[in-house]
Amino acid sequence: MLTAQWLYGLAGCLVTGIGLGNALLGSSLLKRVLAINVMGAGVFMMLIAVAYRGPDLAPDPVPHALVLTGIVVAVSATALALALARRLDREQDDG
Amino acid sequence: MADTLVWLVALPLTGAVATLLLPRQANMIAIGSAVATAVTAGVLVHAVSAQGALHYAIGGWHAGLGIALRADGLSALLLLMTALVMLAATTYAGAYFSSAGQRRQLWPLWLLLWTSLNALLLAGDLFNLYVTLELLGLSAVALACLGGKTAAIRAALRYLLVGLLGSMMFLAGVSLIYAGYGTLDMAMLTAAVGPGPVAWTALALMTAGLLLKAALFPLHFWLPPAHASAPAPVSAVLSALVVKAAFYLVLRLWLEVFAAVITPAAASLLGALGAGAVLWGSWQALQAERLKLLAAYSTVAQLGYLFLFFPLLQALPPGPARDLAAGGLVILALTHGLAKAGLFLAIGVIQQRAGHDTIRELGGTAQQLPATTFAIALAGVALIGLPPSGAFLGKWQLLAGAVTTGQWLWLVITVIGSLLAAAYIFRVLGHAFGHQPYPGRPVTVAREEWPALLLAASAAVLLGLAGLPVWGLMEIRL
Repeated sequence: MLTAQWLYGLAGCLVTGIGLGNALLGSSLLKRVLAINVMGAGVFMMLIAVAYRGPDLAPDPVPHALVLTGIVVAVSATALALALARRLDREQDDG
Repeated sequence: MADTLVWLVALPLTGAVATLLLPRQANMIAIGSAVATAVTAGVLVHAVSAQGALHYAIGGWHAGLGIALRADGLSALLLLMTALVMLAATTYAGAYFSSAGQRRQLWPLWLLLWTSLNALLLAGDLFNLYVTLELLGLSAVALACLGGKTAAIRAALRYLLVGLLGSMMFLAGVSLIYAGYGTLDMAMLTAAVGPGPVAWTALALMTAGLLLKAALFPLHFWLPPAHASAPAPVSAVLSALVVKAAFYLVLRLWLEVFAAVITPAAASLLGALGAGAVLWGSWQALQAERLKLLAAYSTVAQLGYLFLFFPLLQALPPGPARDLAAGGLVILALTHGLAKAGLFLAIGVIQQRAGHDTIRELGGTAQQLPATTFAIALAGVALIGLPPSGAFLGKWQLLAGAVTTGQWLWLVITVIGSLLAAAYIFRVLGHAFGHQPYPGRPVTVAREEWPALLLAASAAVLLGLAGLPVWGLMEIRL
């Protein structure tokens, strides 16, 4: 069962890397916002893998709490980014 | 006395909610919470110096599960700087934002920013640091676009994306730490962390994220547009406090939590980036055409000096010489915070009175706004590092450390940076003292000009002449 945990963890690292790369090199604003969210998903996957303590034990609740908080923060930050992007778009249309 | 830790977060937070719910009384509430929070910060500094480090476990839940707050000498000093800068900037912001509508938008975010700064400085574990870092970033971005100009919104959006990227890298490091050590409490980690791939990777990720937020060269690209296009009181707080919060975390991680892991090469890398920041930031400040852009590039340069201390602290063995250098680092950071906030507030006065902040057209400013010109000169004394400013004491320790450890390069960088700082400050003063045959009548508006003057004077005179308690407080550790 150790392999499943590693699979999750390494996949999380991979997703984080993909998100990071696109956030740095992304061509458009929307792509960057999405890439940062992908990166967040990767980090959350890593945290979920960390919580696994074997088939007989309940998972560690602390990383789960961290993931929940992290999702709330990521959603609010994305909302702010999209609101600013929309306003910028509207002003460019007007000007 | 440990209750003060909770009050420092609860007071501005209550104020933020109250200004949102009672927009008519927002001004009164904001100023009331600002005064109360600042007084509490003063009480905390007194308590820490009298009783030593303070701890508080919220709701009785202890470290590992609950939210632990703690304050040592370093936190107390930065909390006091935050309180002084915020109090002065709050007074000025009330005058700067003339319409009630603007102030209604300002106060909740303003007090939320203060809440997150205080919570960050008091947080005792890595995850709460992540949360407070995000709260700080979000409120700072929202404040930065209050001016409503397209340039400001574009800069704020870039600021937000950079900040998010930095936080995500920090969080990735935090999850590695939890996987490796099973705790996020900083005191427990300090004892547990040892050299190895987990610690190195985590440190690299967290540091990279924080350096992005602290705008260390060459990751500073987002700072000048964001700080230069925000409203002046907001720029003051962003430049003096918000970037310092990220720097404070680098300091905690490198000098405490990961102290066993740091190699001289890694510390030298930070020093080299700091040297790049000093040279590039000062040079760009000298080229700047607008006062606010000059102040923003000066922030890039001044942050560079702080990172020059890392290779020195790494090379010095624990003992009095290292403590002196660490105190020098902190007093340099405090002086920059007060001086840069004072400079931005003074620039705000000029911008509103003259209608622009173009350096070449500043002629007559000294005749029209004598008090504000004096504030800029005092802030300049502190930014250059002339005696009797606090920065003089800090740079003196930097030079002494460079000589003791034989790292001459940092000494050369400091001297060149200080000369460039003198050049860009005197360039501003030269234009400001340019004589105009028919200047307007000299004006002194107390509420607008005093905050800048007091901040600049405390950086240029008070910290230098009465800076000794800084070293005393730095002795108080957790």
